[in-house]
Amino acid sequence: MKISLTVNGKTQSGEAEGRTLLSTFLRENLRLTGTHIGCDTSQCGACTVHVNGMQVKSCTMFAAEADGAEVTTIEGMAEPDGSLNTIQQAFQDHHGLQCGFCTPGMVMAAASLLKANPKPTEAEVRAYLQGNICRCTGYHNIVKAIMAASGQELPALAAE
Amino acid sequence: MYSFEFVKPATLDEALAALKDEDAQPLSGGQTLIPTMKQRLNQPGSLVSLLGIPELVGVSISDNVLSIKGATNHAAIVAETRDSFPGLSALAGKIGDPAVRNRGTIGGSIANNDPSACYPAAVMACQATVVTNAREIAADDFFEGMFTTALEEGEIVTGVRFPISQTANYQKFEQPASRFPLTGVFVAKYGDRVGVGVTGASNNGVFRWGEAEEALTANFTPDAIKDLSMPADDMIADLHGSAEYRAHLVKVLTGRAVAAC
Repeated sequence: MKISLTVNGKTQSGEAEGRTLLSTFLRENLRLTGTHIGCDTSQCGACTVHVNGMQVKSCTMFAAEADGAEVTTIEGMAEPDGSLNTIQQAFQDHHGLQCGFCTPGMVMAAASLLKANPKPTEAEVRAYLQGNICRCTGYHNIVKAIMAASGQELPALAAE
Repeated sequence: MYSFEFVKPATLDEALAALKDEDAQPLSGGQTLIPTMKQRLNQPGSLVSLLGIPELVGVSISDNVLSIKGATNHAAIVAETRDSFPGLSALAGKIGDPAVRNRGTIGGSIANNDPSACYPAAVMACQATVVTNAREIAADDFFEGMFTTALEEGEIVTGVRFPISQTANYQKFEQPASRFPLTGVFVAKYGDRVGVGVTGASNNGVFRWGEAEEALTANFTPDAIKDLSMPADDMIADLHGSAEYRAHLVKVLTGRAVAAC
C-alpha cells in the first residue's frame, strides 16, 4: 500500500507492505539510517523515534500505522544550521557515548523526557531510560549529559 | 514475519466487519503482538488496527465510575486518571517503559491476559466491568486462565469501567530484565469491601486473594493478614523464582500495598 507521512518536516511517501515496520521504512525506503535496530525485540530502544510528538520504538510499530503522522528521527534533531542541538552537544561534551550505537535512541528519549519534565532529577532520568539499553554500559555519562542538557548544575554523580 | 493485510478502519462497525474474516486479528498497540509475529508465533491473514477509531479512545467519569475506552494507551491513562484514580494511574505508569506506554493499550492488555500483565490485577481487585462490542462481562468471569478470556472470536474490548476506590495501591515486584511483575498485587479499598488482585504469580493467571480480602475488610491494616498464608501449589515456578517464593511475595506485597494506601 502507499503511505505518506511527514518525516523531519518533509512530506515523504512510499510503498509499504502490511508487515513493513516503521524502522524498516525509515531506514530502507527513506535511507534515514540514523535510526538503529539493535535488538528487533522491542527491548533496546535504539530505534526510538517520535510519532506525533510521542516517543515510540519504531521496530514495534507498522509503517502503515504512521500513515499521515509526523515523525521525527535523529536526523531531525540538529539545529537548522546543522550544528548539534543542546542534547546532542551535551552528549559530546560529557562523553555520553562510547560505541554510539544506542545514542540515537538515547537522544530521542532524552528529548521527550526534557519536553515533559524540563528539570528532572537524576533518579527521574534513570527511571525514564528504562527502555533504552546501552550495551557499553555507559549510563553514567549518559545521565550526566541529560542532566547538563536540562541546564542543571551537574550533581556530584557517584561513580558506579 | 509472515505477510498479512493491514486494515485500518475508521469506525467500530467497520472494524467488526473486517474482523468477521476468520483469519483476521485485531491490532491495538501491538507491543506484545508485533514481537510475537516477528518470531513467527502468529500468522494472521489480516490485522485490523483499532487505533484510528476515535470512539475507542478516551477516559471519562460518571457516578464515581471511571470508564476507559479500550484503545486508550497507558500514557494517556497515567495522565488522565492521576487525579481521579491515582492508584490506577500509578499502575499504568509502571508498565513497560515510556515508549511502550505510548503505544500499548488497556484493551489490548486485558484481551491478551498475559499472566504477568499489570492491569488485570486492578480489574479484578476493583471488580471492574469489561465492556465489549456485544456485552458487559464482570471481571471474575472475564479472565479464564493464562492467555485465555471470555472473549469470543471477533469480539473486542471496547472499554473497562472501574468503580473508583477510596484508596488503592499497586505493588509490582519487577523482573528487572522484562519489567513484567514477577508478582504484582493491587489492593483497592471501598466503603464495604477490600479487593486484592494478584498477577504474575499463578499458573491460572490473575486471581483475587479472597482470604485477604475478608481479613482486610474487617481490619484494613497490614497486621490483618499476618496469620494468612498463600498456598504455593498453583504458583508459577521458573528460573526467576520458585512457586514458594512467589507465594511468599503475594503476602509481602499485599502487606506493602495496604501500608502504602
